[in-house]
Amino acid sequence: MSEQTVKVARRSPTRRSRWWAEVGWKYPLAAIIAFYAIFPLVYVLSASLSESGTLTGSSNLFSDISFANYQALGETTFWTWVGNTLIVGGATAVGAVLMGAAAAYAFSRFRFKGRRPGLTTLLIVQMFPQTVAFVSVFLLLTALGNVAPALGINSKIALICVYLGGALGANTFLMYGFFNSIPKEMDEAAKIDGATHAQIYWRLIMPLVTPILAVVALLAFISAFGDFILAKIVLVSPDQWTLAVGMYQWVSNQLTSNWGLFAAGAVVASLPVLALFLALQKYIVGGLTAGSVKG
Amino acid sequence: MSKDAAAAVNRPGQHPEPRVSHARNLHGMGWGFFVKLLVMAVINALGISIIMSAINVEAWVILGASVVLLVVADVVYFTKRAMPLKYMLPGLVFLFVFQIFTLGYTGYVAFTNYGTGHAGNEQQAVDAALIQAEHRVPDSVSYPLAVVRDGDTIGFAINDDGFVEVGTAEDPLAPVNGAAVDASGTPTEVPGWEIVPRSDLFSDQDLQDTVVNLRVPVSDDAEDGSIRTREGQTGAIYKSTMEWDPDAQTLTDTETGTVYEASASGNFVAEDGTMLPTGWVVTVGFDNFQRAVTDTALAGPLLEVTLWTFAFAILTVLTSFGLGLLFAMIYNDQRVKGRKFIRTLFILPYAFPAFMSALLWRGMLNKEFGVINDLFFFGADINWLGDEWLARFAILWVNLWLSYPYWFLVCTGALQALSGETMEAAKIDGAGRWRQFRSITLPLLMVSTAPLAIASFAFNFNNFTIIYMLTEGGPAFPGTSGLGSTDILISAIYKISGVSGGVADYGLASALSIIVFVIVGIISAVAFRQTRKLEEI
Repeated sequence: MSEQTVKVARRSPTRRSRWWAEVGWKYPLAAIIAFYAIFPLVYVLSASLSESGTLTGSSNLFSDISFANYQALGETTFWTWVGNTLIVGGATAVGAVLMGAAAAYAFSRFRFKGRRPGLTTLLIVQMFPQTVAFVSVFLLLTALGNVAPALGINSKIALICVYLGGALGANTFLMYGFFNSIPKEMDEAAKIDGATHAQIYWRLIMPLVTPILAVVALLAFISAFGDFILAKIVLVSPDQWTLAVGMYQWVSNQLTSNWGLFAAGAVVASLPVLALFLALQKYIVGGLTAGSVKG
Repeated sequence: MSKDAAAAVNRPGQHPEPRVSHARNLHGMGWGFFVKLLVMAVINALGISIIMSAINVEAWVILGASVVLLVVADVVYFTKRAMPLKYMLPGLVFLFVFQIFTLGYTGYVAFTNYGTGHAGNEQQAVDAALIQAEHRVPDSVSYPLAVVRDGDTIGFAINDDGFVEVGTAEDPLAPVNGAAVDASGTPTEVPGWEIVPRSDLFSDQDLQDTVVNLRVPVSDDAEDGSIRTREGQTGAIYKSTMEWDPDAQTLTDTETGTVYEASASGNFVAEDGTMLPTGWVVTVGFDNFQRAVTDTALAGPLLEVTLWTFAFAILTVLTSFGLGLLFAMIYNDQRVKGRKFIRTLFILPYAFPAFMSALLWRGMLNKEFGVINDLFFFGADINWLGDEWLARFAILWVNLWLSYPYWFLVCTGALQALSGETMEAAKIDGAGRWRQFRSITLPLLMVSTAPLAIASFAFNFNNFTIIYMLTEGGPAFPGTSGLGSTDILISAIYKISGVSGGVADYGLASALSIIVFVIVGIISAVAFRQTRKLEEI
């Protein structure tokens, strides 16, 4: 690159060389960075389309195009895992939204004894990640499983409950701030008009806070989708696994022979995420910085 | 406003509603109230079934907790007061059971020897020892036997010299009248019981296990031993060679005369030091913490793991923040065309799920067939994930790949929010590029990004997913610790705990969890203060 800069500089000494020094070099650099960013993704697409379905020979990018790996997914429990992931993630998202919104509403609108200590406690509790306490989660679920198998090891319901345990700590603050931004005069007016508590909450407040509900639902879904350690401990049998546990098992046993399956599964599972991400890019960029940048 | 109420008022041919508050209007709250009633009925049904089942399996703590929770739920939702609690209770229940309780329980387990060989209370350990030392009485007769059932209860019917006797695990053998036996003496019909066909025994693995483990006491006196069967056709009397003396807290082996005494460490120990395999849970004080730093097999690897945990978390934040900031500064430039497209390309790794990235790179970095070696290192067999330092480098490299886009986005946003006037003023005052960056851009940037950097550090400190998916902590350290050079504390805890099988040491694992909690707590506290300081700039 520097060589090129020098050549250009000789040809037209003033404006051209300044352009190269200030702006022009950014394009080739961008190409290099883009290569670093995209190469693994291109590679996984190529591996998913390769006919052999093994790691051996997957380095010859796009040497053959076949959908054999995608078809082979149907013969595995892959789609069961997709279903499990959607069930666990969906239920966690719905539960986290319902419980988080209700708690945030109470903290925002009611004045009661223990409100401030309650908020402080939540702030402290959420600093301690649930995942580190996985040993006692395991022991708790083992004990609960003896009483009610649905709440024990190897149950999706139990895993959802565990995720929901972390919901209040993680989301209440996010929602609390948003609820506070809705003027209190509105619910007072509704109360004077004769609305009940339930009506104010469900018909007045909830529609107004929809954006934050969507954010919390998305965050809860993503964290359930990406969680590995708790899912691996709780879900034991292959028909209960989520994608993270199942695909880990593919790669950790017989990496070489399962590679095509993994690649196809990764493409299938990440395409919706990728599409969603690109569609929401503007909001995600805004959301990331909105929390961090102060006016 | 309630639509139902309005509709009711406007409906022709109906009496006008009396003007009372809508809150008291039955039409207005009617269906909501019934939904609440229905939900509470379901919750009560579930709660009561859990309570019944807890009584059944004698899980007293769960019984107590579920009774308390159910009563609280009913009180909260059926009184007119406690409005805030009506909103918070569902979340609070989950928070208490699955977060606060687990945190507290970790604290308790950390001070016990809970793990393989120490799993129950003393009575369970005694029972286990008695069963373990059970032998078939020498030269004892074998009785023709049939497996019988009454609902879920499985029992044995034996033919004792022409008299059929039936018993279960709880009820000792007792004679029954009117039973029939076949030519070989096996009972074929027992009044009040259903004979389990032998074919069921072969096809049902669970039933088979139950039958093999079933012990039917011969009489009320445990000394008489119990009937057991190996194949479901003949039974014999088994007696334990151990004797339990509850007053002296000793188990005596009647064959060898060895006396095992209950020790403070939760084991039965003989005078010569031999120990029975099953012990019980006792509190051991700070033993687990002490073991983490003094145990010769464990202390060295654990120290390395701790150092690497810090190094990994700090380096990940520094490299990805640095690279993201650098790219953000380079491409936050009005003169570069197609910035939107470039930005989209840059952040693509962020949109790829993290756990799949780790698995994908695991294949790409494979020694023999990985694409990295094949395409970029001319087919060399570089053992990226098998060499101590290369594996550490690979982990940082992969984590950089998947987390720099986040910082790129954050820094781009923060840079765009900086006021152009300040920069202009600095330029006019004659500040060079470096000076501008060091004295103005970076400090202002830190105000908004420092909290995120600390959060990212805390997240990576416990980033189990990337470590376990990429290297599983390997390559292993020499020795018996089972840990490896890329293990971070949480993956070390995972291996030590044995929750995935193998020898379990919940006590030590919980003690290490406590240490992680303390570290994370300190960092959070410091971070909290630091961000306040930064805001004053």
